[in-house]
Amino acid sequence: MAIISFSELEKKCAEENKSIYEIALEEESVLSGDISDVIRLRVLEDLLAMKDAVRNGLVSEEKAVSGWCGDDCQKLVKSFAARQSLFGKVFEKITAYALATAEENLRMGRIVACPTAGSCGIVPSVIIAVAEEKKIPEYQQINGLLTAGIVGLIVSNKVQLAGAVAGCQAECGVASAMAAAALVQMLGGNTGEIINAAALALKNILGLTCDPVCGLVEVPCIKRNAFLAVHAVTAAELALCGVESKIPIDEIVDTLKITGQLMSPLLKETSLGGLAKTKTALELEKVLHSQNDRT
Amino acid sequence: MEQKSLFSVISPIMVGPSSSHTAGAVRLGLMARNIYKNDFSKVKFVLYNSFATTGFGHGTDKGLLAGVLGYHVDDPAIKNIFDNVKNVSYSYDYAEDISRHPNSVDITFDDKMTISGDSVGAGEIRINCINGFSVNIDGTYDTLLLMYKDRPGMISTVSDIIQKQKVNIASLHCDRDSKGGTASMYVALDIPVGEDVVEKVRQIKDVFFVTNIRKLK
Repeated sequence: MAIISFSELEKKCAEENKSIYEIALEEESVLSGDISDVIRLRVLEDLLAMKDAVRNGLVSEEKAVSGWCGDDCQKLVKSFAARQSLFGKVFEKITAYALATAEENLRMGRIVACPTAGSCGIVPSVIIAVAEEKKIPEYQQINGLLTAGIVGLIVSNKVQLAGAVAGCQAECGVASAMAAAALVQMLGGNTGEIINAAALALKNILGLTCDPVCGLVEVPCIKRNAFLAVHAVTAAELALCGVESKIPIDEIVDTLKITGQLMSPLLKETSLGGLAKTKTALELEKVLHSQNDRT
Repeated sequence: MEQKSLFSVISPIMVGPSSSHTAGAVRLGLMARNIYKNDFSKVKFVLYNSFATTGFGHGTDKGLLAGVLGYHVDDPAIKNIFDNVKNVSYSYDYAEDISRHPNSVDITFDDKMTISGDSVGAGEIRINCINGFSVNIDGTYDTLLLMYKDRPGMISTVSDIIQKQKVNIASLHCDRDSKGGTASMYVALDIPVGEDVVEKVRQIKDVFFVTNIRKLK
């Protein structure tokens, strides 16, 4: 029987005296017929691919088809080498890793959709940056990714994780909630704190639209990965301090779904509204079309 | 409600930038390759709707070609696929048809077989038409596909062969152009059957095409 709500997940954790990641393993094991070690190995495969994407993205300056994007990560790497950021090393790594991954994605590099390709930088940047800076071993990173996975899965049982269905709140927003949960798990938080972190992250991105310029996964998608990765840290830190979401997460997920339904189709991955219809976006569209015709 | 895997949220490992426009395109190509099975020297793609209008920036053209050539969704070589094609000619056409899914394609091999499919989101795909016959193959099951002259008893003959292998049928679907005309049948299986089974089905009277389609990874 699938877990369809966070209250059910919390109850199950309490009854069986298990962590969220253990329940995630259990559920996946029942579904796939694989033992938990095999599932952990598959998660490790994802984790290693995420690390590869960060490594590749950190050194590349190759531009994407639009000619607009692809060199922002390098700006961070160079600047932070010369000047420490206000928030320190973890912040520097998270923002750089998020951009590295998202830029790899747009130049057709190898990434892990988590939950989608457009939001692929958020979960990895938080897990990898914090693991490096806090010396968190690999098996705990896997526990973090398993925790992120079940958080995303429960949301996806209620609302399809696609910008075309519910806007960016269902892509980068859900990724941020997943990352927040992973982070609290890795830092030793309990079940309630993990779920609260996800709730706080999700609650504060409700209404985020999907309005990509020229229909490309570039503007505003790439930089949004860095913003929502840091957003996840805020949620995790608050949750670890004992701050609770007054609205329970299941009701937030319902709200996300309804907000997605209320959102105009013009703002749901059609590029017919929002940033995609700005003067500058329309000019770029013309340039791209002329390039497209030439090829 | 069908239970979803954890890995529907933290996978696939793929080349970017879009799960529907890139990974979905590769998987459509792979599935078409699994169905056609033969070597080919010419492949033609007709891209519809959003595949046609925004496919360029998402590498949909590269993804489709890489798929029919057998590359997987995470192969970094997809990016430069045009430089790596040997002995196969390929072409693209672009069309609009609002009766079709926003991300839709026709793939034609050697002017012999046309396979149509949609990229339905998050890298998931559906093949819905082969040479004009409606099918519904999403790559999650090993599937036996056959075409034959429509006549009574064909379903039981085929299912009897499969049952003797102790293989469970997950779903079965038939279509035909007219009574007694050309018919198609696809049988989704819980475990794959061997080429010996395919051969037995091929030898059934009035069957003129059969293929064993492996599920996608």
